[in-house]
Amino acid sequence: MRLQVLLFASYADAFGATEIVLDLPDGATVGELVTAVRARAPHTALPPHPLVAVNHAYASSGVVLSTGDEVALIPPVAGG
Amino acid sequence: MMRAAIVSRPLDAALLLAEVAGDAHGATTLFVGTVRNTNGGRAVSGIEYSAYDSMATVELQRILDEAASRFTDVSIVVEHRVGTLRLQEASVIIATAHAHRAPALDAQRYVVEELKKRVPVWKREHYTDGTREWVGATS
Repeated sequence: MRLQVLLFASYADAFGATEIVLDLPDGATVGELVTAVRARAPHTALPPHPLVAVNHAYASSGVVLSTGDEVALIPPVAGG
Repeated sequence: MMRAAIVSRPLDAALLLAEVAGDAHGATTLFVGTVRNTNGGRAVSGIEYSAYDSMATVELQRILDEAASRFTDVSIVVEHRVGTLRLQEASVIIATAHAHRAPALDAQRYVVEELKKRVPVWKREHYTDGTREWVGATS
């Protein structure tokens, strides 16, 4: 399945893009997505366990992804 | 009244206070987060805020829902601004109101602390020496 991954703030700068498109096996998990993102840009410094949001909610590494999910990598937040 | 928003215009505390006002309220609180002139010993000239707008709005709403279940009958309005802000400009305003002061104050504290932990908003500080840096970034 093909998934768009949204990038923000420092991650968007690091990747030079506000989104990337990944081809993942059906049934791939959030953890596998993170591995694929790292493989795409191994020189970028993602933390060991970057936060991932799926459909506007934080998702743990075991969450299974589906076509059409809105996926985002969330840099350390700094609101307020 | 419960409302949360990410906005790109200047914030107006008086409007938020008016939104939470009510005859049943004996206590109203206002929290205003503003851009200050130093961070970590560096002289700051302004802060550029950005957000994952759609999720930030949803996450703020979740926080308000949690506050509503912890502090029965509280009213809360929160707005977080995005864009480039100058010193002293407000980046976030939280207004709460309740019949009594303790729930009004506790709800305000709950919302601001959870906001800072969970809501996908980022800031890039601009320094007086012309450099700029994402706050909290690992790279």
